[in-house]
Amino acid sequence: MVNLKMRDLTVFAADIRKQLLIELRNFGFGHLGGSMSIVELLAVLYGSELKHNPKEPNWSERDFLILSKGHAGPAWYAALALEGYFPIEELLTLNKPYTNLPSHPDRLKTIGVDMTSGSLGQGPSVAAGLCEGFKLQNKDNYVYVVVGDGELNEGQPWEAFQYIASRNLNHCIVFIDENKKQLDGTTDEIVKSFDFVNKMRAFGFNSFRVDGKHTQTILEGIRKAKGFSQKPTCIVLETIKGQGVKHFEDIVLNHVVRFNNDDVKATDEALVELDSIIYGGKE
Amino acid sequence: MMFIRHDTSMCVMGSENYGDLLLEIMGKYTNIVALDADLVSAAGARKAWKTFPKRFFNVGIAESNMMGVAAGLSMTGYIPYVHSFAAFATRRAYDQIYLSCAYAKNNVKIFASDGGFNIGINGGTHTSYEDMGMMRLLPDLIVSEPCDTTQMRWAMNEIYSQYGVHYTRVFRRPVRDIYKSGSNFMFGKGNVIKNGNDATIIACGSMVYEAILASDYLAEKGIQVCVIDMFTLKPIDSELINEIASRCKIIITAENHNVIGGLGSAVAEVLAESGFGTILRRVGNKDRFGQVGSVEFLQKEYAMMSEDIVKLIQSLINK
Repeated sequence: MVNLKMRDLTVFAADIRKQLLIELRNFGFGHLGGSMSIVELLAVLYGSELKHNPKEPNWSERDFLILSKGHAGPAWYAALALEGYFPIEELLTLNKPYTNLPSHPDRLKTIGVDMTSGSLGQGPSVAAGLCEGFKLQNKDNYVYVVVGDGELNEGQPWEAFQYIASRNLNHCIVFIDENKKQLDGTTDEIVKSFDFVNKMRAFGFNSFRVDGKHTQTILEGIRKAKGFSQKPTCIVLETIKGQGVKHFEDIVLNHVVRFNNDDVKATDEALVELDSIIYGGKE
Repeated sequence: MMFIRHDTSMCVMGSENYGDLLLEIMGKYTNIVALDADLVSAAGARKAWKTFPKRFFNVGIAESNMMGVAAGLSMTGYIPYVHSFAAFATRRAYDQIYLSCAYAKNNVKIFASDGGFNIGINGGTHTSYEDMGMMRLLPDLIVSEPCDTTQMRWAMNEIYSQYGVHYTRVFRRPVRDIYKSGSNFMFGKGNVIKNGNDATIIACGSMVYEAILASDYLAEKGIQVCVIDMFTLKPIDSELINEIASRCKIIITAENHNVIGGLGSAVAEVLAESGFGTILRRVGNKDRFGQVGSVEFLQKEYAMMSEDIVKLIQSLINK
């Protein structure tokens, strides 16, 4: 089931966000902020750009996605479930004992997850290794890696970026989810990011910024990235931590949200709105 | 005490190092890829690099990245043979070995040269007396330290056919031969090199030769010492340790490593649960940082010579 037909990405994003909210509300707390900010990206990847096959998760021609910012696992699980990798009901097992859906992705547990992540900063290096392997095998699989802006406080990704560009691993596409917050506050308050676009250019990447709140702009960005053959590409996604639900966007420290009564109420209201997008008023 | 080092016919200097064996094994198996962090020349692996340029990745001075790249290559079916000095292969990349390699169950083979005093004049900053301990703490890893080229060659071949993360100390300078060429071993099984019932030395790596020297010397004095090459630290051969403990009252461990965390600890853990009441003493670095000096100087400074083993055994027997 390669994505021969592009689905309505806005609707798909609404569906991922809906399942994500149900998943987190059911458990009672979780990494909401950074999960919400990559929903649109996941919709574009799984709805259009990522070559994959839920019926054959280990298909050798598939593209790889590495969620280096592993705390956004719950969003990834929602997308995978909607794509048919496992039943939607399984989302309700998030973080429960013996679940296949742990807080941070585990390639040994979750069908559709190719690489384990959680301790931040390790994804780009693994992406580099995958690209080297595919290059040796003369294969053209893409490797997408998603890093957070806070995650880039770590040093290892910069080792990897320099290496990826130095080796011209142009089938590597890096997304920086610039939601401008990390666990303890804004990135400006903790450690300033400065300009990721220029930094990545200086590291040898094609680099540009797109609006990460809309599927269309992300889609255009990825297609543009695929047009470059000389260098790897970095797409800086301008996003909002807690993206898509005003109530959660407005919570100052929203890396982890423990659902209180207001949060539950806001979620209920958001689910109604999301359903209206998903079902187009038909329900 | 005067103790004269003597060469025996079984312990002449070999001529090959890690780089030579890497060249050999990369020629044998086309899915081996080599990684190094700007220490290819130090490892004696330039010929392997030049012979197999496409399968050889010199990632630069970035060990953390190297372990992640190795994990990615393993996911595409290649078998990465990763080298750095023991200090950098472990301390600079512990979390990457933990998560990207071991926890994610990738198939990454780590080869660490210049462990312990073998770092010589690079000094304390480059010294690793803790690498085996760090690696021994990670679930499922196979941790070993060959004592000569024959055993290193066997290990590099055996590791190829075993899935999982292996941590192996290797030599970048020629070492004395202990075993006859073509000898076979088993991970997790110690080798009885010499028999004796008065005491047993359980050694690994560079200390195996010292143990043999000590045993030879003591034999001349009428003390019969068993020598075990416990080249696999994990999984440790508890069966053999218990068998020895059941019949021998004195056990000495000898390792080119801190006595905390390495072979001495591994043997102590087995003995503590055995109930035999065996006397255990550990020869090795007594929890000190390294320092600059020749290999010979360091070995003497840290009391890791055959003389140190001899003195210890004599003092225990004379009690």
